[in-house]
Amino acid sequence: MHVHFLDPYRPGQSPIHKLDSRVKFVLTLAFIFAAALTPTGAWAIYILLLALVLGVEVLSELRVGYVLKRAALALPFILAALPIVFTMPGEPRFILSIGPWALTASLPGLERFISIAIKSWVSVQAAIVLASTTEFPDLLMAMRAVRVPRLLVSIFGLMWRYLFVLADEAIRLMRARLSRSGVSDQAGLKPGGSLAWRARVTGGMAGSLFVRAFERSDRIYMAMLARGYDGEARSEPLQALSGASWVVLALSLFTLLALLVFALLFWA
Amino acid sequence: MHHSIEIDHLSFSYPDGHAALRQVTMHIQPGEKVALVGPNGAGKSTLILHLNGILTGQGEIRVAGLPVTKPNLGKVRARVGLVFQNPDDQLFSPTVYEDVAFGPLYQGFPPAEVRQRVAEALTVVNMRNYEKRISHHLSAGEKKRIAIATVLSMKPEVLVLDEPTAGLDPRARRSLIQLLQELPLTMLVSTHDMHMVKEIFPRMIIMDEGRIVADGPTDLLMQNEELLCAHGLEKP
Ligand SMILES: Nc1ncnc2c1ncn2[C@@H]1O[C@H](COP(=O)(O)OP(=O)(O)OP(=O)(O)O)[C@@H](O)[C@H]1O
Ligand SMILES: [Mg+2]
Repeated sequence: MHVHFLDPYRPGQSPIHKLDSRVKFVLTLAFIFAAALTPTGAWAIYILLLALVLGVEVLSELRVGYVLKRAALALPFILAALPIVFTMPGEPRFILSIGPWALTASLPGLERFISIAIKSWVSVQAAIVLASTTEFPDLLMAMRAVRVPRLLVSIFGLMWRYLFVLADEAIRLMRARLSRSGVSDQAGLKPGGSLAWRARVTGGMAGSLFVRAFERSDRIYMAMLARGYDGEARSEPLQALSGASWVVLALSLFTLLALLVFALLFWA
Repeated sequence: MHHSIEIDHLSFSYPDGHAALRQVTMHIQPGEKVALVGPNGAGKSTLILHLNGILTGQGEIRVAGLPVTKPNLGKVRARVGLVFQNPDDQLFSPTVYEDVAFGPLYQGFPPAEVRQRVAEALTVVNMRNYEKRISHHLSAGEKKRIAIATVLSMKPEVLVLDEPTAGLDPRARRSLIQLLQELPLTMLVSTHDMHMVKEIFPRMIIMDEGRIVADGPTDLLMQNEELLCAHGLEKP
């Protein structure tokens, strides 16, 4: 029994899929930094950043609609920035009255909010493209390559692995229950049981899931110890980056840097 | 009386594209006890999961007179007692009692009858004192026995077991064999235990690579060492 739906990776043969995962990882981080450092209100730069990420989406053959749909998941978090609209000092734009309160939206506040929204939106898209075109083990390799602490990388790795184990376990429990949820032919019996009983069964299953996950992690740890694990994650040495990858990396980094410098010069 | 199993041209592929069943056809008469054997990965468990609609492939399946289709699943599941290969796939309640009681409670039987069925089922598998125990703290063999009890308490017409003797000690295995021999149910039992096959199953079906490669009287097929050997089996 295996779950696939959790994995954001979409298999493909596009140039973006084939790009070295280290290059993708570094460029995604650089893109997100560049977006974050771009000053408020640098609309032209935002458009360029958006064009860049959309271009990569098209190249990656992921279907732009798919990425945008996934990116919508970030919307609720953007709302957290909403208070800025009303708290930044500046020229009042409009007044929102809720009952006895009147909130004054300022122009700088509004500008700031929209900037944050756009920046988060393009950043999330970049992260989605990375996750959808790179298999997780490759992503872990990339993290190691840029010297993310090994312990952290192995924690990510185990988390990823056991997320699926846990989901599998949940599916098994549900399958087992389904398998014995029969409807008798005997007249006068009402199948399904009472609501309270069903709730109790479900509660018991949730408890079982937790205990099983807990005990399984214990067993896995023992199995790791049995094979000589001493708390230090080791791994094979990394392959050298190919010349072409270096060129892609350098050119892209340069483009991002140029965009950022441009933005800082004209808008900061 | 129609507790038969009829499978016609069943094919199934897992989501990753692996074709686990190819054109499987078998007909099992009411009351017949049939062993399903074959090497690891032959598709036995996959086939078994089709018998109460957990997996659905292409082809036709009728169990106990009912087509295994969505509207019938409830009834089918009441008539077919299916024991998974891994008992951890079977037990989902905190205590043994709750697990064994689940089937009859779900069907809506009155509490007194449920209690009696649980007691009976646990007695049959020699686990009468385990009612209050926590399911996931049992040993592998104990879990297996409880897993079998969870379907016996439903009093099914058709019993489908996936490797019921794996992990049992000789005494538990012996009493399970005796139980299977005595139960007047239609049975399809997947197993690697060729001694048990010889002892209690008059008919044997050999699967390999998702296909049925032989289907016939156990005595006859067991004579054919070449056939057994070709499909990773051993003469007992
Ligand atoms: N969830 C799954 N996804 C993909 N392939 C699977 C899945 N489950 C089983 N398979 C494959 O299907 C084939 C049949 O598996 P199945 O579990 O039915 O074998 P089996 O005959 O029960 O073997 P065993 O004797 O080891 O229990 C195997 O090749 C297996 O690798
Ligand atoms: Mg199996």
